[in-house]
Formats: sequence, C-alpha cells, structure tokens
Amino acid sequence: MDGSAPVVAVEDLHKSFGSQKVLNKITLAVRRGETLAVLGRSGTGKSVLLKLIIGLEKPDSGSVRIHGQDIAGLALDQMGKIRLKMGFLFQHAALYDSLTITQNVAFPLRHHKKEMSESERSDRVRNLLAEVGLGGDDLEKMPSDISGGMQKRVGLARALALEPDILLLDEPTAGLDPISAAEIDELVLKLQGEHHMASIVVTHDLHSAKTIADRLALLNEGNVVIEGSFEDLQKSHDKFVKEFLKHS
Amino acid sequence: MIDPKFSAVAGTDPPHPGQRNALLPSAVSSAGRLINEFFEWFGDLGLFFWQVLRAAVTPPFEFRELFRQLDEIGSKSLPLVALAGAATGVVLSLEARYSLTRFGAKSLLPAAIVFSVIHETGPIITGLVVSGRVGAGIGAELASMKVTEQIDAIEASAVNPYRLLAAPRILACILMLPLLTLAADVCGLVMGWVAQALVEPISLHQFINSGFQGADFNDFLPPTFKTAVFGLIIGLIACFQGMRTRGGAEGVGRAATSSVVLSSLFVILADVVLVKFIIIFFP
Repeated sequence: MDGSAPVVAVEDLHKSFGSQKVLNKITLAVRRGETLAVLGRSGTGKSVLLKLIIGLEKPDSGSVRIHGQDIAGLALDQMGKIRLKMGFLFQHAALYDSLTITQNVAFPLRHHKKEMSESERSDRVRNLLAEVGLGGDDLEKMPSDISGGMQKRVGLARALALEPDILLLDEPTAGLDPISAAEIDELVLKLQGEHHMASIVVTHDLHSAKTIADRLALLNEGNVVIEGSFEDLQKSHDKFVKEFLKHS
Repeated sequence: MIDPKFSAVAGTDPPHPGQRNALLPSAVSSAGRLINEFFEWFGDLGLFFWQVLRAAVTPPFEFRELFRQLDEIGSKSLPLVALAGAATGVVLSLEARYSLTRFGAKSLLPAAIVFSVIHETGPIITGLVVSGRVGAGIGAELASMKVTEQIDAIEASAVNPYRLLAAPRILACILMLPLLTLAADVCGLVMGWVAQALVEPISLHQFINSGFQGADFNDFLPPTFKTAVFGLIIGLIACFQGMRTRGGAEGVGRAATSSVVLSSLFVILADVVLVKFIIIFFP
C-alpha cells in the first residue's frame, strides 16, 4: 500500500432496480497492492457493486474510475480495453460449460494474446492452473465434472490469465466447506502477495474477510456503514455493526 | 376463491356500477402497458441489431465460431429440411394431380409442382423448419449462458459477446438458409416426380423438362435468396430472446419458446412482404 492514486475509485454511486434502491451514495477507493473486503447481509448490493465496477451494470448516478478514467458512457469495445486489466471471479464461477477446464483458462488468452503460439498458451494455462493448485487428469474435465471448490480455483485461474492490475472476487468462499474455504483464502492471499493487485472481495464471511483484506467496508441498506480495519469495526458503537459482528 | 376484482369478468357475479367503473381504468392501463411493452421490444431489438451489426463489421472477426455455427445450423439442419421438402413434394404431387385432373389440365402437373416448390413451399418450409430447430437451439443455448452468468463472464474477459455469440449465429443463419432451401427444393422435386411416376410412369428428364419449360432465373433466384432474410429474422430474434433472458430455468424455457414462436411468425409476415416485392421487381 502507498499514497498513490487509487486504481479503483467509486464516488457517490447510486443504483436502483425499479423501485428497489440497491446502492445509495457509495464512495470507496482501492490502491495497488491493497485488498478491500465489502461485507454485508445478503441482498445489500455487494455483487451489484462489483458489476458496476467492471461495467456489467450501469449506475443511475455517480462515477466509477479505473486508473483515473471514468467508465460511464464507454462503448463496449472501449470498456473492453479497460477490462483487459481486470480479473473477475463470479460467485458461481461462471465457467463456460461447453469448454474443458483448460479451454476455460485459455479463453482470454486465445482472444487477447493472439501472438502466443499454441504451445506457449498451453504452458501458460498449465502454470496458471498449477498456481491455483490444479493439475493432472482434472485439466481435461468439463466444469460440471468438478467440485465447487475446484470450479472457484479454475475461475480464479481464468481471472488471472491476462495478469490483471485489479482483481474482483464475488463471494469466493460461498458454498464451500470450511477447509476448501480456508484453502481459497490462502490462495487469494498468496496471489495477492505475488501479483500486488488492487483487490475487492465481496463476502458475507467475516472470518474470510479478516484473513484476506487490509480494509473492510460494511454495507447496510445500500450505504457504507463503516470502513476501516477489523479493529475499527470491533470498536464501533453502531448498532448494525455490533449485530453483524455478533452473528458472524 | 376468485378475486372479487375479477369475479365480474369471470361471470360469477354481475358487476355493480362501482365495480364497472373500477375495471375500466385497470383494463385501459393493462392495454397501455401491453402497447408500451410491444414498442419497447421493437426498440430493444433495433438497438440489439445495431450492436450486432457494429460488432460484425469491425475486427477481430470470429471466423472459427462462424464455421462452427455454419456446421451447427447448416449441416445439422439438412436431414430435417430435406425430409420436410420431400414430404411437401409428395403432398403437392398428390394434391395437384387430383385438382388438375378435375380441370382437365393434367399435362401441367410437372410445371405446377416445380413452380410451387421453388416459388413458395421450398422457401417457407425451410424457413419454418429452421426457425423451429435452430431458433429453439440458439434461444435456449444463449439463455442458459445468460442465466449462469457465462455471457457476463465473456464480457468481463473483455470479449464482445455480440461479436462472439450473436454475429456468427446470425451470419450463419443468413448464409445457410438459401443453401438449405436448395436442398428442400431438390428433395421436393425428386419426391414430387417419384409420387407422380408411381401413378403414371414418367422419366425424371421428361418431368424436369416439362416442369421448367418457360421458367427463367427470376423464377428461381429471388425466391431462393429471400430465405436469407428469413435467416436474418431467425438468427436475430433467437439471439435477442436468448441474450435478454432473466430468471433461471423458467427463463430458459421461455426464451426457447418465444424464439420459435416469434421467429416463425415474423418469417411468415416477412414472406408476405417479400412475395409482393418479388412480384413487383422480378416479374
């Protein structure tokens, strides 16, 4: 962490779906090498926040700046150039179900690293999969033939394929047993140490957030209730913060 | 229990004047909402078409996916289209024989079959068979990808989903429909001849010569190439319905059904316009 300009800066972000207000005046910033965990109850707009940051949803008002560039109003191909520097792990991994694990990880490389030869691409895919602890016979399996934990690892390898500056993780440990969840946490920590990315992790798992994040932001009813270290959360007198910590 | 608001409509109770007054604005607002949704659908379809067109004409081009779709849409539809064309040829032969014999014009039978098949039945049967098979396939496939966030994942990987998913499918539909129509035409004519030859022996050479007498390219090319428009309609509607789906397995089912229903409907409506257009410009 340093005093440099934020890699991701979200300012006064509002988002509603019909009459339902999901995000209300959210302001957050993440710098290179820093991990921010966004916590909150289910349905508080945490995943929507990540989709707004990567441009899969459009905000009603407010701005999202990536490396200082406002992404509002960018055409799909212009947004694509910004997304080249972003990796996204979806909540349910969102692996392409007609492609094998290897082909899933090779997908971004096949489209954006056309100068790579077939063997270079294959080596890069194997290295990425090894980095997330996968190898051997599993590599040619289809996504439906592997466990949820393995799917998350493949999703993570795919997110890292283009060596992103920004990593967005949507509930990386949701639906996993405690051992697999701890393994994913360790993996995220290890990757963060190696790649020095700006990471935003959306989770409702306080233990996971405490393990992998430098800062935590707690959302409630579309607002950031508190932002700071885990100790700051513990010291807070806010009723919702206390209740959240009590039940986590 | 029937909601009291609807009991008057259901006919269980006569509506009293107050109820009648309350039903009227609700019916007007429902009609207004339907009209609004109808125009909104067309507006969204137009925007979708523009996005696909822009993605299709700017590099990088997805040739690999295009060839895969040409195979998926073309060669895999061929048996079904051929069978439908053959069946149509037989039916036409049987029906035309019966009608023409009644009016003493049996000698016109080969020409009646040839003109019916290449002018209308071959193209429209191909359009409807492909809208059933391919429309449902594309609609369900893309809808399933949408609800499992695979399309979002493609976009998050900085790949334009209009370029990767929609453009190759639509282009493959446009290119394959005229070729499939040719196959339906050939099967229809051959089986029309077989059906006739079984009743009254006639050689294929004689049947073709007699059938195509007086025919020129204007009888053949415009009706065959109009199916490229059917291909555009089928591909565009199926991709659009698939990629805008929401709501899990139910949404996937809805997308598949609406893709088939809407593309078949628009193929028939487009045929009306295109037939008139061909009559005017290719007399």
